[in-house]
Amino acid sequence: MVTLKIDGREVQAEEGKTILEVARENNIYIPSLCYHEEVTPYGACRLCLVEVTGNGRERLVVSCLYEVADGLKVKTNSERIAANRQMIMELLLARCPNNQAIQELARQLGVEKTSFKLDDNQCMLCALCVRVCQEVVGVSAISLVNRGVDRALATPFYEPSDVCIGCGSCAYVCPVDAIRFEDIGDTRYIYWPNNKMEFKLKKCKTCGNYWAPEKELEYIRKQANLPADAFDNCPDCRE
Amino acid sequence: MAKTKTKRLSSPQELEALRELIVKGRDPNQSCIVICGGTGCLALGAQEVINAFKQEIEKGSLKNKLALRVTGCPGFCERGPLVVIKPKNILYQQVKSEDISEIVSATVKGNIVDRLLYTDPDTGQKITYEHEVPFYKKQKRLLLGDNSNIDPTIIEDYLALGGYATLSKVLFKMSPDKVIDEVKKAGLRGRGGGGFPTGVKWESCRQAQGDTRYVICNCDEGDPGAFMDRSLMEGNPHSVLEGMLIGAYAIGSHQGYIYVRNEYPLAVRNAGIAIKQAGELGLLGKNILGSGFDFSVKISRGGGAFVCGESTALMASLEGKVGEPRAKYVHTVEKGLWEQPTNLNNVETWANVPLIIKNGADWYAKVGTEGSKGTKIFSLVGKINNTGLVEVPMGITLREIIYDVGGGIPDNKKFKAVQTGGPSGGCIPESSLDLPVDFDQLTDVGSMMGSGGMIVMDENSCMVDIAKYFINFLEGESCGKCVPCREGLKRMSQILTDITEGRGKEGDIELLERLSATLADSSLCALGSTAPNPVLTTIRYFRDEYEAHIKDKRCPAGVCRELVTYLIDEENCPGCGLCVKACPVEAITDMGKKKPVVLDQEKCIKCGACYDVCKLGAIIRK
Ligand SMILES: Cc1cc2nc3c(=O)[nH]c(=O)nc-3n(C[C@H](O)[C@H](O)[C@H](O)COP(=O)(O)O)c2cc1C
Ligand code: FES
Repeated sequence: MVTLKIDGREVQAEEGKTILEVARENNIYIPSLCYHEEVTPYGACRLCLVEVTGNGRERLVVSCLYEVADGLKVKTNSERIAANRQMIMELLLARCPNNQAIQELARQLGVEKTSFKLDDNQCMLCALCVRVCQEVVGVSAISLVNRGVDRALATPFYEPSDVCIGCGSCAYVCPVDAIRFEDIGDTRYIYWPNNKMEFKLKKCKTCGNYWAPEKELEYIRKQANLPADAFDNCPDCRE
Repeated sequence: MAKTKTKRLSSPQELEALRELIVKGRDPNQSCIVICGGTGCLALGAQEVINAFKQEIEKGSLKNKLALRVTGCPGFCERGPLVVIKPKNILYQQVKSEDISEIVSATVKGNIVDRLLYTDPDTGQKITYEHEVPFYKKQKRLLLGDNSNIDPTIIEDYLALGGYATLSKVLFKMSPDKVIDEVKKAGLRGRGGGGFPTGVKWESCRQAQGDTRYVICNCDEGDPGAFMDRSLMEGNPHSVLEGMLIGAYAIGSHQGYIYVRNEYPLAVRNAGIAIKQAGELGLLGKNILGSGFDFSVKISRGGGAFVCGESTALMASLEGKVGEPRAKYVHTVEKGLWEQPTNLNNVETWANVPLIIKNGADWYAKVGTEGSKGTKIFSLVGKINNTGLVEVPMGITLREIIYDVGGGIPDNKKFKAVQTGGPSGGCIPESSLDLPVDFDQLTDVGSMMGSGGMIVMDENSCMVDIAKYFINFLEGESCGKCVPCREGLKRMSQILTDITEGRGKEGDIELLERLSATLADSSLCALGSTAPNPVLTTIRYFRDEYEAHIKDKRCPAGVCRELVTYLIDEENCPGCGLCVKACPVEAITDMGKKKPVVLDQEKCIKCGACYDVCKLGAIIRK
């Protein structure tokens, strides 16, 4: 265990944890967009910037990656931090002017409008979906393609992905609802910012409802080594 | 030069014996024709010159009288293809294959071919010897100097000059700690950009916890216009290898990598040959010189992304992953390549190491300033008479580099600024020309040493346009991972484009400054955090140019097309019609002899062809 100070408050933390994790444990708010406790931190949105003082030096670090240490002093807000967060929100607002989640976070951080020309994206490339697909689902169906300003979220070559199981985890985890899915009749549609895919849903033997993508069920069945009829019934009709 | 076939060397004595044997087999007074086979001279036709020399020597059966050596770049690329006659150091410049028989016959007779000598532009005098040419006079070529004494594909050339003797001394007479102390005492700082103290880095890596330690040589060199690392790797690869070997011994590493961009085929080739030849002699591999120390080096070829020169991106790329940087809160000396302690140094940093150990830290630290020791290689390009590679002592002033070594600005134009440090360096104005060049001084004026790019600009350069150029480059090279760099550079580029195209607004300068602060503070890696330098320095030193663009919609240098207007000065125009012919869009009409021409502003595309062609000053650019 180490002892550190966050905004003047002394807190105890397990070694190896990041400032952001420890702050959350202690109900101290630090804004973030690209962090999720289930996946490896990525450090791309830079909103979780904090000021740390250790070894006598004060500097800005991203709290989702910086590990706590004994005697560390952390400031989660200051004029300098706020100015950076606001500029980042202005940049995101220009990229995704019509995205509600981004508008809301901007407002919360004191930004009403952006100084830049407006584009029209929904995705801000935090790669949470990519990381969840790879690390949690384990299939890597989507990734960030191209470099720099051309960076985009897509399946390989923008083609329908062979490996995607249609589970929709990407949509669940997206912090700004840039990925959506809907089930209509016997089909699930997943809409990514740059392409979409369709999945056949499995029909429950008992109630006849379409309840999950066949590919997903097949994937889980194989992973868990379940018998062939394991998913014949939907959860409601299973005993 | 006859190749000496040798077995693996298994002791320092055998290395020394081999060196003596090589030296004995060579006549120091024999004339040797040295041709630069560096990339610059090859582009100017050096291969034909080399072939012609070979034929001529063959034809006259002159093998015993004349040796021929193809070497790496000696730096004076402006005047290539370069030929130097050793041992006297007679320099012939801009040599063509037609000149070869004359050079050969003169050399055999002990004569000089006057017409191929360099003419001093100031005095009009011919200069015979390389070291008397002003371009070389103020240089201190500790690293590049040997390039013309070495055929990089022949290890014997390096050995003859005492090569690998320093390694031998290190392995048998020095402890790793002593080596690190010496490098620290010498004050060597990394030449790859950051200027981090090399000895301190080595020490941290040596002390870090891990199973295996790696050393890496960074030969990515992604800065446009830079070619110092390439020239060292092409011209004297063994000096880099020897440096890496010494570093590896000090750090306790047994595996090294040279990360070199694929667009440097000659560097890849020469490094590969050097590794092979050193391995055959037992200077790499197991039990080097019988010391018990093992070290091997592999070459890894990079895809050429600028950001892959950044340490964490480079290591990701080496591991076969996407070359994207990561946060460096855990230093690469602790967890680098494959999570193991890894020491990365730049090519030029490595090449300094044998010099320091050979001559001692005190000797080395005599050159340079308080905080920056030794020499630095710059690639001097842009509006400068002597384009090329220059190696100068730290502390020399910018003025000396530009005017004495570089020969000043062509066509008697006025100097405006020099951009140092690569794309994310800053533009330094005339008022700072007497600045002594070292790591800290360059940072103080808002620029940086970077890896040593130096681009000179004259009065015809528009500083807003220059800032736009560098920001566009960086925008294209940003990996796109973090928001401030990806989105911020895009917006900077948009604002600068608007300003140069007449759409600048009140408040743009302040917005650029605010954006710059965020990039500097919050970017993931140094690409983003240093990217504002070209913008901030041009605002700091040339704010009036920004204001002229924004407020008066005027480009003072006449570069930004949308902001210039061409007018006919009716008093001075004799109606000669030259401009009428030059105009690609027929915007100028000939009104008959002795009558001024008429320019149709609607049709004018502002290409400036009329302006360039009119010798009478009858076209006005506003
Ligand atoms: C965007 C970027 C590009 C870089 N490119 C290079 C390069 O081409 N060559 C190089 O030696 N260092 C480059 N660096 C610096 C390296 O990250 C690293 O600091 C250096 O190789 C360490 O060696 P040194 O201590 O000998 O300078 C780059 C850094 C950044 C941020
Ligand atoms: S949450 Fe830390 S950088 Fe995005």
